[in-house]
Amino acid sequence: MFASKRLGKELTKIHQTLPPGISLVSASDFKEWQMDIKVLDANPLYLDQTYRLRFRFSTNYPIEAPEVTFITLSSPTRLIPIHPHIYSNGIICLDLLGTQGWSPVQNVESVCMSIQSMLTGNTKNERPPGNEEFVARNTQRPRDIRFVYEDATV
Amino acid sequence: MDSDDEFMSGLSSQDEDFGGVEESDDGSLGDEFDEDNPDVGFSQDKDIKPGKKAYEVDFKAFSPEDIQSHQDKQIDEVSAILGQSSEATAILLRHLRWNKERLIEAYMERPDSVLETAGLGPESAQAPTTKVVKGFTCEICYDDIPGLETYALKCGHRYCVDCYRQYLAQKIKDEGEAARIQCPTNGCHRIVDAKSLDLLVAAELKSRYQVLLTRTYVDDKENLKWCPAPNCEYAVECGVKKRDLGKIVPTVACACKHRFCFGCTLSDHQPAPCLPVKQWLKKCEDDSETANWISANTKECPKCSSTIEKNGGCNHMTCRKCKHEFCWMCMGLWSEHGTSWYNCNRFEERSGLDGRDAQAKSRQSLERYLHYYNRYANHEQSAKLDKDLYNKTERKMTGLQLTSGMSWIEVQFLDTASQALQTCRQTLKWTYAFAYYLQRNNMTEIFEDNQKDLEMAVENLSEMFEKPTAELAALKVDMMDKTSYCNKRRVILLDYTAQKLKTGEWKFNVDIAMGA
Repeated sequence: MFASKRLGKELTKIHQTLPPGISLVSASDFKEWQMDIKVLDANPLYLDQTYRLRFRFSTNYPIEAPEVTFITLSSPTRLIPIHPHIYSNGIICLDLLGTQGWSPVQNVESVCMSIQSMLTGNTKNERPPGNEEFVARNTQRPRDIRFVYEDATV
Repeated sequence: MDSDDEFMSGLSSQDEDFGGVEESDDGSLGDEFDEDNPDVGFSQDKDIKPGKKAYEVDFKAFSPEDIQSHQDKQIDEVSAILGQSSEATAILLRHLRWNKERLIEAYMERPDSVLETAGLGPESAQAPTTKVVKGFTCEICYDDIPGLETYALKCGHRYCVDCYRQYLAQKIKDEGEAARIQCPTNGCHRIVDAKSLDLLVAAELKSRYQVLLTRTYVDDKENLKWCPAPNCEYAVECGVKKRDLGKIVPTVACACKHRFCFGCTLSDHQPAPCLPVKQWLKKCEDDSETANWISANTKECPKCSSTIEKNGGCNHMTCRKCKHEFCWMCMGLWSEHGTSWYNCNRFEERSGLDGRDAQAKSRQSLERYLHYYNRYANHEQSAKLDKDLYNKTERKMTGLQLTSGMSWIEVQFLDTASQALQTCRQTLKWTYAFAYYLQRNNMTEIFEDNQKDLEMAVENLSEMFEKPTAELAALKVDMMDKTSYCNKRRVILLDYTAQKLKTGEWKFNVDIAMGA
């Protein structure tokens, strides 16, 4: 109830206008949306690539943070962007997506923009430390993982 | 010892904090615990005063009401000094983790920045109210219907009351936050104060909020810890600091009778200090010992590396997996053994010797571990059985009353005996973990003698305890003697160990200092 009212309004706004490089793929219900994002500058790591973000909302959104992950697709080709804070299974280590860093003032658009700028600013062609082990063992939902945000600069 | 000063000052401030317990209307608890623990300050240099053993520490158990009233009392006190409202003072105190002195000092120096960092900002005295603002759109639900009730903290970030409520409910109910809930605005660190909460939050959440606030008080205070027993709501106060844990094992007892270590909140593990206990538990738990066993008892096939245990038979090994034939002694090819079958004459070769040495060492260390572990596990097991026995004690007591005509008071010795058994076994159990980490010297012999004496006393008593109810009446005096002997032996053992621990005379084969 709470979430659908707010998401409905967000959707109206998204249909009107979205920042460059961000587009809505699907929003058939108020549980799961998919967004495509592109890095706009000439960052060689992400050149000519489009990435797919999956948003999952609880009924308590926006009080509760949405679950946001990158997903892979074969057609059209969507891969997981290389980034020291993005695991190869698509889980993003970003403080604003966690309980502590989330603010209900954030929305789908602002989250997309934050992730977009996180990619734009990155120059490291690497996965987070311990990526393989994390990907192999993690069974938790992204929001329950206690990430340690060691590095605010990347 | 430079730590003494701080140690004592820690104690005195704690006295201030909780000095009022006898005056408060719920002081009965404090009194009860005073009896067990005569008011002798624990200090390292003055050593033991009469009536207090080296292994004992001062502590007090506090009920949730006690904790609340201590909290209120401190808030009142500091609020008078700072000239701030009690709501603001509570936030300030929580912000500085209840370090009263630090707060007062910092506030006197630069009040504005202290208020700002605690999320209080420039003061405006009016009580918080909700407002209807013209042309308002709530940034959380995006609602803009006219007449929407809104609320903002002093930071001015305004949201509709519904969203605010939802937000606070989420924080309190689902995330268990209380003292440090911030304004919903991204990047705004203004803390939602008690008055605003009062205005916005439903009644049933308020009690939860209070519980959480009380909890942060205990969590923040270094000299307070929650009793780890299930469903116990008491907290225990003890002045022993983390850095002293290499010198003392601070065992405390809650009002619920649960005995635990104040240092690590595990159950009573005297005489072993916290760090060896942790290492011991880890050692017993993880499979490093399995690995040890494997290295002591198995070899790998030289060809396919399958692990093989030789459980008898001759030295001619044929690997089940790869059919490789080799000699168990020298690990060389069996075909090269020529005629000296079943008797490896290449045994004295250098490589064979090294291999044997390594294996012997590994086996020795395993045997040493198993020696201590078996005894440790045995007492743990026996303590469990004794606990079952304890549950049957009451029945035995009733039975004994019937058969012997003794009164309830007269059969209490069974209860006392049963309790003594459990406490002593708990102690014995940990003496083995302690001994495992001990380097051998003259003192370890005294320790082992003490251990042996206690063990014998305990086994004697345990045996008596298992006798049929009919025989128990005749054994009463004997049992009472044995019980008090057990307790005495335990005190002697603990006291000796604790004294040497305090003076740093034990030599361990691991590092026992915790933190700095």
